[in-house]
Parts: sequence; C-alpha cells; structure tokens
Amino acid sequence: MIRFENVSKLYPGGHEALSDISFEIRHGELLVLAGHSGAGKSTLIKLIAALEKPTAGKVWVSGQDVGALRQNQIPYLRRSLGLVMQEHRLLNDRTVFDNVMLPLLVTGYPPRDAARRVRVALEKVGLSEYENSMPLTLSGGEQQRVAIARAIVNKPSVLIADEPTAHLDPAYAREIAALFRSFHAAGVTILLSTHDETLFSPYGARRIELAKGRLQA
Amino acid sequence: MSAAFVPHRMAFVRALRRLLGKPLGTFLSALVVGIALTLPALGYMLIDNLGSLANGMTGKPEISVFLNRNVDQAGISAFENRLRTDKRVSALRFVSRDAALKELAARGAFADVTGALPENPLPDAFVLEPVGSDPAVFESLRVSLTAMPEVMHVQLDSVWVERLHAVVELGQRTALMLAGLLGTVLIIVTFNTIRLQILTQRHEISVSLLMGATRGFVRRPFLYFGFLQGMLGGILAWGLVEILILVIAPHVQTLARTYNIVVDLHGPNVWQSVSLILFASILGWVGAALSVRRHLHDGMVD
Repeated sequence: MIRFENVSKLYPGGHEALSDISFEIRHGELLVLAGHSGAGKSTLIKLIAALEKPTAGKVWVSGQDVGALRQNQIPYLRRSLGLVMQEHRLLNDRTVFDNVMLPLLVTGYPPRDAARRVRVALEKVGLSEYENSMPLTLSGGEQQRVAIARAIVNKPSVLIADEPTAHLDPAYAREIAALFRSFHAAGVTILLSTHDETLFSPYGARRIELAKGRLQA
Repeated sequence: MSAAFVPHRMAFVRALRRLLGKPLGTFLSALVVGIALTLPALGYMLIDNLGSLANGMTGKPEISVFLNRNVDQAGISAFENRLRTDKRVSALRFVSRDAALKELAARGAFADVTGALPENPLPDAFVLEPVGSDPAVFESLRVSLTAMPEVMHVQLDSVWVERLHAVVELGQRTALMLAGLLGTVLIIVTFNTIRLQILTQRHEISVSLLMGATRGFVRRPFLYFGFLQGMLGGILAWGLVEILILVIAPHVQTLARTYNIVVDLHGPNVWQSVSLILFASILGWVGAALSVRRHLHDGMVD
C-alpha cells in the first residue's frame, strides 16, 4: 500500500530529517509511528502526501512513485489519502458541516450525495448534533474529531494522521485513539504518528520508531 | 448542463459570492476601474462624433477655379477643353454664375441678401478634382491655373477637410493610447485586489490544496472575480460616459448652432458599449491571472 525504499530527506542547510528509511504498510494494517518530536515523523508523513519530495530513495503509494508525480497529478494522490495534520487546520469561519464538506467540494462531488456523506462522517466521529456549530465553539478533542471526519468523508483507502492526540487531555486522547481503532476494525489502513504510543499499545498495533531520522530496530 | 461545466459554475458562484459579500469594497474597486476607463471612452466618443461630422463631407480634394467676368461663352469652352486634356485633372464640373446664385439663394441665410442684389455678382467657375492625392500635383495644378489669363482666382477647397480628418485620426490614436495606459491601471487594480484576497484566504487555500484541490480549482474563482470586477467597472464606465454625454450634449449643440451646424451628439452604440465592457472584463481577467500566477504557489500547502 505504502512503501518507503531507502528514503532520505535532506533540508537545505544540511539538516537531515530522514536517513535511509525503508518500511512498508500493508493493506488493512494499523501502523504506529513512534518517536520524540523532531525525530522526523512529520517529515515522513509529508513525503507520503507529496508535501515534500525525498532527496534520495522512493516513496510508493498504491503503486505510484510519489516523488516522480507531476504537479497536476498530486491532487489526485491527496484525494486517495485521508490526512489529519498536526494542527487540525479547520476553517474557523465555516460551520462544522462545511468544513467536513470541503474535500467533497474540492473534488466536485454531487452536492446531494455529498451532504449525505458528510452526515455519515460526522456520525462516525460522534458529532452529529454539532454540524451547524462553528469550530471555535468546540473543545480541542471535538475539533480534532471534525478534522478526522473531514479526513474520512472521501472514503480514502488509507488514513494518515500526524500526532492526532497531541495537545489533548488524556481523556480526549483516549477517545480519539478508540476512534482510530474503530476505523481500523472497519478495514481502513491507518498510519499514525504519536509520541505517546501507550495510547495504541492495547490495540496490538504494529509499531516502528524513529530517532534522529533513523528507523530503530 | 454538462459535467465539465460544474466546476466552472461553482467557481463562478463562489466569485460572485465574494463580490456580493463585500458590496462597498466591490463598488469602490469597480468605481476606480470605471473612472479610469471613462476618460479614454469619453474621449473616444467625442472624437467619434467629430469623425462622423467630418465623414459627412467628402474627403476628396477639389479645386475651384473662378473665371474673370469678361470671359465669354467661347472663352469658357476653350478653357474647358484645355482642362479636359490636362492629365492632372480627373473630373471637371462647370458651375455657371446663374447656377451658383440659385444655389446660394437656396441656402436660407442668404436668401434675402441675394434678392436685394441688383445683378449677379458671382463669376463662372469650374470645380475640378485632381488625379490622385499627391499635394505636389495639387500645387502644380494651382500654379498653372493661376497663370492662365481667364482665371481670376483659384481655391483649394478641401484642405480644411483633410485637416479635420487628420485631427480626428490623431484624436482616435490618442484615445486608444490613453485606453492602453488606463487599461494598465485596471490590470494593476485587479492584480492588487486579488493579491489581498489570496493573502486573506491563505489558510483556506492551503487546506483546499491539502484536501486534493487542483490548482485550477483554487485559481478559477479568482479569475472569475477579476473578470466580474472588470465587467462591473466597464458597466460603470459605460454609464458614466452616457451620463456625461447627456450632460454636455446641449452645450455642444448650442456651440454648433453658432456655426450653423446641426450636431446630434450620440453616445456609444451597442457594439461600442459591448466592446467597452468586454475590454474591461478581459483586462480584469488578465490582472487576476497575473496575480494568481505571482501569488499562488505550491509553498502555500504547509
């Protein structure tokens, strides 16, 4: 599904964020990417979404070489991924409903089906009654759930989340972790990074660990 | 509606919503565009009016040759034969003194004067058109005609018409150059409006790109916005030109009457109006396209 082949990422200025990374996520797998902040987790995720290009090696997503994609192919790659970035990046001037609608709007989805899908996604994250709320009136955990609803509304083949439980109270963090667990149980491939892997250890997830840009054995 | 147009319709609606969402800002930007375009458009219209006035007169140069009063019928025929064999003359018309008097009497203002005259004071005359349009030929013709004994006076009639045409042409060129310069103003205004919009919507743009929006999807509403803003400016300019012409028309007519000319000052016709509005719309689009190209880059994603 997603495969890294000897991937390195060297930022201008000489900082090596990733060094010779190789691993694979198979279909239906839940993979936890562990490591301290600054270990390169965010960079790794950015490489998958073509937000950055590797300086060496190859990143494969569903058989496509991400680094070799043309500018006009990148949007279609991103549509096949459900992305939850570190800052949840909601649009604060739109309702929860419109925020979750955004990926469908962007892909030109027929409006009536889109509304139905948005409601399904909101129901899955338990926010059905908040569809007309503005994001800033919600708690941090609820905002994160809106971001997750937005990531799954497209029914992506793989869900990728960068520190989805960061900045959350332990109770909220456990809720979010359980949510990912339920998606995994429903057959979604998931890659998520966290500095607090105890959250996911009860779910028997496979884990890989990054330290200073290198995979730990 | 075909599926291919759906994103365009959506982009159009979004652009329209942005325009209507800030009515005052929209109006002010459109007003800047409108006023910038009014100047060349009004200038062009006035020149156009002057041009149609000039077109009513033949641009072909004519030479009037007035004969001495003592030349008799035989002398006139001999003179006419000489002119007919002259290769520099392409057409020739004889105006007898009686015919000239009648024509003069027919012009209202002189009717009473001609009636009061004891005898016809006018000379016989030939009106001839020279070959080609080379001023040197006219001049040589004028010199040789003046030298003939039968000739009292030679007059090149058309010089002022030519001058008028030249002035009209100069005016049109000036108006077009002005339109070019102020069109640049329009592009700059749109460029800046779009730049500010991109800055304020930075976050939305970056999230959209992250969610898999194509660059076209992000770009389109801005282009439509520029187009619509230009169009509004064009419509305002058109309205201003119509109003200004309406305001100055009576004054122009008063002035024209003192020259005994009837002037019907007209505003832009349908074709000119559509061109003006289309011109403004296209420039708005161009301004937006330049701005989007400059300010919408891939670094916006994260």
